[in-house]
Amino acid sequence: MLRIGGAPVPAREPLVSSAVLATLIFIAAEVMLFSGFISGFAILKAGSAGVWPPPGQPRLPVESTAFNTAALLMSGVFAFLSARAWAREPAAAATPLRISIALGVFFVLFQGWEWVQLVGEGLTLTSSTHGSFFYLIVGAHAMHAVVAVLFLAAAGVSLSRGTLTSERFAATRVFWYFVVGLWPVIYVQVYLA
Amino acid sequence: MATADITTDAHHHHEQTFWSKYVFSTDHKMIAMQYMFTGMFMAAIGGFMAYVFRMQLAFPGMEVPLFGLVGPNDYNALITNHGTIMIFWVAMPVLIAAFGNFLIPLMIGCDDMVFPKINRLSYQIFLLSAVILLISLAVPGGGFAGAWTAYPPLSAQAQYSGTALGSTLWLVAVALEFVAFLLGGINFVTTAMNSRAPGMKMYDIPMVIWMIVIASVLFMASVGPLIAGAIMLFMDQVVGTGFYDPARGGDPVLWQHLFWFFGHPEVYVVLLPALGITADIMCVFARKKLFAYRTALWTVFGTGILSFTVWAHHQFVAGIDPRMAHIFTVTTLLISIPIAELCFIYIATLYGGSITLSTPMLWALAFVAEFLIGGVTGIFLGASGADIYFHDTYFVLAHFHYTFFPIAIIGTFAGITMWFPKMFGRYMSEFWGKVHFWGTVIPFNIIFIPLFFLGTIGQHRRIYDYTNFPELSLPWMQDLRQLATVALIVMLLFQFIFLINMFYSMFRGKKAPKNPWRANTLEWTTESPPPHGNWPEGLPEVYRGPYEYSTPGRDEDYWPQNVPS
Repeated sequence: MLRIGGAPVPAREPLVSSAVLATLIFIAAEVMLFSGFISGFAILKAGSAGVWPPPGQPRLPVESTAFNTAALLMSGVFAFLSARAWAREPAAAATPLRISIALGVFFVLFQGWEWVQLVGEGLTLTSSTHGSFFYLIVGAHAMHAVVAVLFLAAAGVSLSRGTLTSERFAATRVFWYFVVGLWPVIYVQVYLA
Repeated sequence: MATADITTDAHHHHEQTFWSKYVFSTDHKMIAMQYMFTGMFMAAIGGFMAYVFRMQLAFPGMEVPLFGLVGPNDYNALITNHGTIMIFWVAMPVLIAAFGNFLIPLMIGCDDMVFPKINRLSYQIFLLSAVILLISLAVPGGGFAGAWTAYPPLSAQAQYSGTALGSTLWLVAVALEFVAFLLGGINFVTTAMNSRAPGMKMYDIPMVIWMIVIASVLFMASVGPLIAGAIMLFMDQVVGTGFYDPARGGDPVLWQHLFWFFGHPEVYVVLLPALGITADIMCVFARKKLFAYRTALWTVFGTGILSFTVWAHHQFVAGIDPRMAHIFTVTTLLISIPIAELCFIYIATLYGGSITLSTPMLWALAFVAEFLIGGVTGIFLGASGADIYFHDTYFVLAHFHYTFFPIAIIGTFAGITMWFPKMFGRYMSEFWGKVHFWGTVIPFNIIFIPLFFLGTIGQHRRIYDYTNFPELSLPWMQDLRQLATVALIVMLLFQFIFLINMFYSMFRGKKAPKNPWRANTLEWTTESPPPHGNWPEGLPEVYRGPYEYSTPGRDEDYWPQNVPS
């Protein structure tokens, strides 16, 4: 296009790709969702006059969950390593990505096994507000973890077929970092506090 | 131009059937129309509900024409769903989704949204939510009758609300609607940030686009806690948890916090697009640059942040700590300052301009004038001392309608009359437009000014029949109620003039050129209506801000953004 006078107008180069920007906005909304859950839990617990967990309700498995937390954090580290590998050579991202997915799957399964134990000990969705909030918050996180692992796996399939774009890979990883990064907050707020 | 070639290749090589063009379209303009007409359809239902319950209040126990006898439960369901529909299914879809979808790509100079399929999904989820809400009105027990704020325990337990299925469907509909706007909002922000025409810098974005983008950000930042609260309420209703049940360790006030943490920013979510539409119209019809563009923009950012700190002014009588009430009084009164500042910015924009009182301009002026009344009456409610008296009276109701009616109705008519020539390529009738304007704005004031008086003497909201309260059914009070109801009927009848004008003009109106208002922004540089892809012969480039009107030394009094200097 011919222009009369003035410097030529440069084409737009986005600061953050659209896929990543959209994921970040979505994560911001998700952070507020979990803030709602966690602050509701904190308010009810603060109103319980120090009797927590409520009488007759089991103690949460703090130690084994600490181990599971470490597994999830490692999964995040391997996702990061796969990004580093991708920057060098896309095919090299496959192995760290597989480890990351495997650790994510382990986290979800371990969590499910814990839930089975807890239900057996009498902590259910309706047994107390403690149980309600526990399954609500941890369950909401688990749903996110399952969806994010599926996204990671789909990215892995595309990677092996050579159809993975770096925008999509970045957006998938950003969402996984959110799921990984959210968990320690939940662990501290729900299990330890 | 390379970008233009890519667009034409991507978009122009397939034949469109009826289904792919009108129903499953991914074109932002068609999605905008879908949102707009769905919103207008819901507005008709919401308006009809207002007519029915106002008739009951003015003439208690009368058979309402077109409805029949209004029972107490019908009354509660009607007021609940009137509020819900007007806010979530009228103000949101028309002001944000319809204008956002139509204007963002056209005003920033791109061919479509960044994620067209997500955009289509957004409308489909919205439509589903509207259908579920309408179904909820017809299920056994009737529609949800626990007020649009859905406070538990009334909303959580069927034995209180009497509408077990209606409450749950209502909640599901509202939640789905939020998902729809979440998807839409992600699209709006991403598109406005990443797809602007070459040369369009941050301060070159038209105010209406900024406002819709900031409104989307506010919505997405505030809706999370309400979705959290809604999930908990849903579980209380369906699974039998006790999140809001004090007998089981829950807390009903928790819902109020989660609801109003969203509810107050929500006021600004719908206010901002209306403010943006008004700003753009005023510049065009006053032939003047927007006064203090950057100040206005940063003021709105500040308002947005402040709007997250005022929510508990809805809860002054809910048993919150009085010290906390003081803090929320201060923040609430603070937020009136930036809004007052914006009003002054608008007046300064008009000052010394060559003003044309066209229909869009009349709506824009009425918006500022009427919203001012809403804002000023809000100061009494924001002060915790006065609010203890006014809480839950018709003063609150009248205040609220003096903010939302200018936003959702006046703002929408301003936008539709302004962009109608671009949407459909034809003019609407100016004469009938003005008749409709006066026939809407005058009755609006006659409806709600009496309600301020009734509220001031203590008339409570959400009462089915005032004849049960002798001190609230004195003859003069009943006269004011009848006055308000008659004015409402007059106002509703005048809407038919708008509908006829709109649909007649759509097919038979005078043909409009590309730029009928001699405006600067990019949407006026393409055909009316814009074709698929918006600028088939190449996307525009931008050389200046959007409001260069009456620039000294130029022959024409406008200077389009895309014209090289």
